[in-house]
Amino acid sequence: MCLAVPGQIIETREEAGIPMATISFDGIRKDICLAYLPDLGVGDYAIVHVGFAISKIDEASALETLEMFRELGVLDDELALDEASDP
Amino acid sequence: MKYLDEFNDPELAGALFDDIARMTTKPWSIMEVCGGQTHSIIRNGIDQLLPDAIELIHGPGCPVCVTPLGMIDKALEIASRPGVIFCSFGDMLRVPGSAQDLFQVRSEGGDVRVVYSPLDAVQLAVENPDREVVFFAIGFETTAPANAMAVHVAEQRGLTNFSALVSHVLVPPAIEAIVSSPHNRVDGFLAAGHVCSVMGTWQYGPLVEAFGVPVVVTGFEPLDVLEGIRRVVRQLEAGTAQLENAYERVVTDEGNIAAQDMLAEVFEVCDRRWRGVGEIPRSGWRLAERYCGFDAEVRFGVSDIDTPESASCRSGDVLQGLIKPHECPAFGTECTPRHPLGATMVSSEGACAAYYHYRRLDLPVEAARTSDVSR
Repeated sequence: MCLAVPGQIIETREEAGIPMATISFDGIRKDICLAYLPDLGVGDYAIVHVGFAISKIDEASALETLEMFRELGVLDDELALDEASDP
Repeated sequence: MKYLDEFNDPELAGALFDDIARMTTKPWSIMEVCGGQTHSIIRNGIDQLLPDAIELIHGPGCPVCVTPLGMIDKALEIASRPGVIFCSFGDMLRVPGSAQDLFQVRSEGGDVRVVYSPLDAVQLAVENPDREVVFFAIGFETTAPANAMAVHVAEQRGLTNFSALVSHVLVPPAIEAIVSSPHNRVDGFLAAGHVCSVMGTWQYGPLVEAFGVPVVVTGFEPLDVLEGIRRVVRQLEAGTAQLENAYERVVTDEGNIAAQDMLAEVFEVCDRRWRGVGEIPRSGWRLAERYCGFDAEVRFGVSDIDTPESASCRSGDVLQGLIKPHECPAFGTECTPRHPLGATMVSSEGACAAYYHYRRLDLPVEAARTSDVSR
């Protein structure tokens, strides 16, 4: 239960004064609460835990993270050269 | 090869492992305090692919596992009462109390329901005004905002048939308890990314300064975990102790302020007992005075239930990193996920269950570790 899953918001609405949303986790739809991230809108990605969006994660930053890792891969190429010189 | 193949990006995983191996010159023990990270580590064999000098200690990071036995017994007592609808996250149903578990209570006629969101329990209270709806509010700082909102909404709607059995736990006091223990073996910590997405990273700076241990905020996907380990090792080898954020795509320094505000309104800090570990000062949240009318312990008169833990289960030693799960004599024999002795075997995020499900004790570790990574 401590896992948090990223999903994409496909609809937002208000229920009894609380911001709510329908989110898609890779096609599986759930109703979630947006009270802690009320500025999220349709198309945004959020990390969701027990029915609450707890942090925004957008596609761009996800790609950025990947890019950071790719950079590390470049770094590793240098390391591979170092390794090649090791006995 | 088997394990590297299971990473999203085997090449990058290989590069991270190589980098860690290259910079490691001394033995280091690193603790993760997140059940999701433990799961990732065991499932992907990260612990086996790391250099022998790097030991991963699986800390008390699973909320299901650290909920004290006495609290489970309180839940069982309340759930057995006529007229009660007892709502819980699914993982709690098979956690053994001293005599039975919530599944058994249900099979004996108790109305025990699994909810996805704490707000589902509030809705049940709205729909069943003649029943008492009780929500089992467990979890770390990640889960607490959702549980706090449920109590807040129940108050706003004037619900008198909703209450919460609150057993919240906090990560920073647990880290402090571990590093200040005379038995401490931990050189550096991976802090739980999603806990920090709520609370921010600012809580950990004082721990780093006071105890001189590196803390790296880390996600729970395999590559995230590897990157966290790499940064801790880099600090340890350099002789520095800093707070680093390796999960910046999700975690900010200040965290989620709206969630922190709600937590401050609904909860107050209290001493909390952790299953297998014992009492840790100021390591939990209970309902604040304004919301004490929603306290299920008071409403059902179960505050006095206090249950000593089983002597045969060594989950406490596992949670403190004193033994590995398979070093417990009961592991896989007396104690299995179907018949768990302790909570670390119950929850899929528990260290014992993770070892059981992904047990590779008989696999050729060296073959896996030395396999080449194509570049």
